[in-house]
Amino acid sequence: MIITKRLAAGACALLAALAGGIAPAHAADGPPKDSPKVELVLDVSGSMRATDVDGQSRMSAAQQAFNEVIDAVPDGVRLGIRTLGATYPGDDKEIGCRDSKNLYPVGQVDRTEAKTAVATLRPTGWTPIGYALRGADQDLGTDGGTRRVVLITDGEDSCGKPDPCDVARELAAKGTHLTIDTLGLVQDDKTREQLTCIAEATGGTYTTVRHRKELSGRIKQLVKRADTPVETPKPTQGTAECATAPELGAGIWTDREQFAEHRWYKVKVKPGQELRASAGVGADRAVDRDYGVLVRAVSEGGQELVRGSDAGSGRTDVMAAGLRYPVFKAKKDDKEARTVCLEVSNSFSAPPSVKRDPGLPVELAVDVVKGPDNPSDLAAFGLGRGWVLLAVLGVTGLLAGLLWGWLARWRVAVWREN
Amino acid sequence: MRNRTLTRRVSAVLLAATALFTSASAASADEAPTEAGTAFRTAVAIPPGKKATADASTGDYLYWQFPAGAGQQATAKATVTLPEASARHGAATWQLDVFDGLRRRQACASGEPTQRASQQDATVTLTCTLRTVRAWSERWSNDPLPGAYYIRLTVVDAADQDLGLPVKAEVEADAKDAGGAQAGGGELGAPLHAAAVSEPEDGWNGSWFTDRWAWTVGGAVLGALAAVGGYVLTRHPRRR
Repeated sequence: MIITKRLAAGACALLAALAGGIAPAHAADGPPKDSPKVELVLDVSGSMRATDVDGQSRMSAAQQAFNEVIDAVPDGVRLGIRTLGATYPGDDKEIGCRDSKNLYPVGQVDRTEAKTAVATLRPTGWTPIGYALRGADQDLGTDGGTRRVVLITDGEDSCGKPDPCDVARELAAKGTHLTIDTLGLVQDDKTREQLTCIAEATGGTYTTVRHRKELSGRIKQLVKRADTPVETPKPTQGTAECATAPELGAGIWTDREQFAEHRWYKVKVKPGQELRASAGVGADRAVDRDYGVLVRAVSEGGQELVRGSDAGSGRTDVMAAGLRYPVFKAKKDDKEARTVCLEVSNSFSAPPSVKRDPGLPVELAVDVVKGPDNPSDLAAFGLGRGWVLLAVLGVTGLLAGLLWGWLARWRVAVWREN
Repeated sequence: MRNRTLTRRVSAVLLAATALFTSASAASADEAPTEAGTAFRTAVAIPPGKKATADASTGDYLYWQFPAGAGQQATAKATVTLPEASARHGAATWQLDVFDGLRRRQACASGEPTQRASQQDATVTLTCTLRTVRAWSERWSNDPLPGAYYIRLTVVDAADQDLGLPVKAEVEADAKDAGGAQAGGGELGAPLHAAAVSEPEDGWNGSWFTDRWAWTVGGAVLGALAAVGGYVLTRHPRRR
């Protein structure tokens, strides 16, 4: 018992030391550089006065939800708050559409300060969503860590330019791993379409909120999601042919690919190793009904080695395909690495009204594992099974016994005669 | 060159540290997960025999992953609790997709991976039983191999007004032994993308024991007995 306790204590101490080593003391000098960052973007436009969330005004529901969220922020997460339409009550569109400010800077949360800041908000002005998203992207900075924006609004962008959906796609294409989750406080078609489009463009989610509980629950969930450790993909840029393609190592890579574009990458694989690659092409905008993705492993000489493909239709977030390619030793001490080219292409298409630029997001997962591709026998250890096997063995045994017996008799007979 | 080795060493140490760290956090999170991932990269691992739950919005793509070893037949089952009927505007089609560790779509050998829920239904249940996992397959084939399997749960067709409404999802995945008839030979160098999931009880490559041993040894004994029997038959009783 005591030993177990001691062991447990030791393990705890070790863990604490490890935790300390990896993520240096949060409390003392702020969260580490790569801790996740979340910015809540709250719509404080005039329409938030409407009282339709559990009998409360949208604004007070949002404020209460924010308080709960601020209380529940996990220690490692840096949180910021940005408002839109909070200060300018006038009619001048020019000014109203630049009305978005950083209410609470992204960082370790001081709960009282953040709550006080939220409490001062009153529904006021316009709804410049696109403008606010750009601001939020800047607030989050680019110093590593996951970056997430949670947009809470009760109406579509009242400014028109820039189109928030285009802004979202443009921010996602910057390669800074920004995810925008949207929450809509009303259920009209236009708001939903716009918020779905923003979420889709960045790999985020869209939620309709009808009750205050749902609002705080969902925001908490999204903040917590930002805190889940995840491998950050590295950016790369495939080319139109293998010769000039970038060389990828093991890891997760992101790129962008136009409709019907082919992108090439290459990977070095040593004999006795197996290349494993998966490629996914995301549908981050409205696309036509049918689509597909093809990933091919091609030798330097242009011969196809193996391919993976998938096709589908209807609603989707991503189309993925994968392949594996073991490299054998050509001779006994063959150590020379081979270059395997990977070609990723897609057969997505979109209605003419949909923007082509930037291209669709591509995610490539490349792994090179040590491993013989060992076929052996089709059955386990080459063992047999079934009644036919028994019959064959039994009959063979019987025949062998008979033959042996006759031979023995014949020998005895011969011996007697002599 | 020197610099490179150094970087490699540092990254190796870091990797080891993260491995330690994540395994530590995974150990504490050995309970049933209450979250779902939103992409392959963030798929949440379901420990064997546990039921994962998640609150989500209609239209979200929910990802989980679970392990399956050679000789196992894996079944994924998802139950979605739909938003209350009064809030919905029509029927919705839900779908469960299963992908292997290389993100290749896997066929459901049986089960009902796509279901249409009418407006009155409170829940919808989806199941997908995969083909038996092989220990090895040719590289051109799409056969299920040992490693992680991804589950993707989403609504594929619903009234536009219903997107965004809250739903609850429950997912479980179990893998049962498919028996000696399916016990195959061969071996992969490493399971497919299995870093985040725990190894099955019998290992990735399945247990060494299959009922093929019993059949083969039984056949050998039978053969031997038959041989003795045959020999005895040829000895004429009078001559003994």
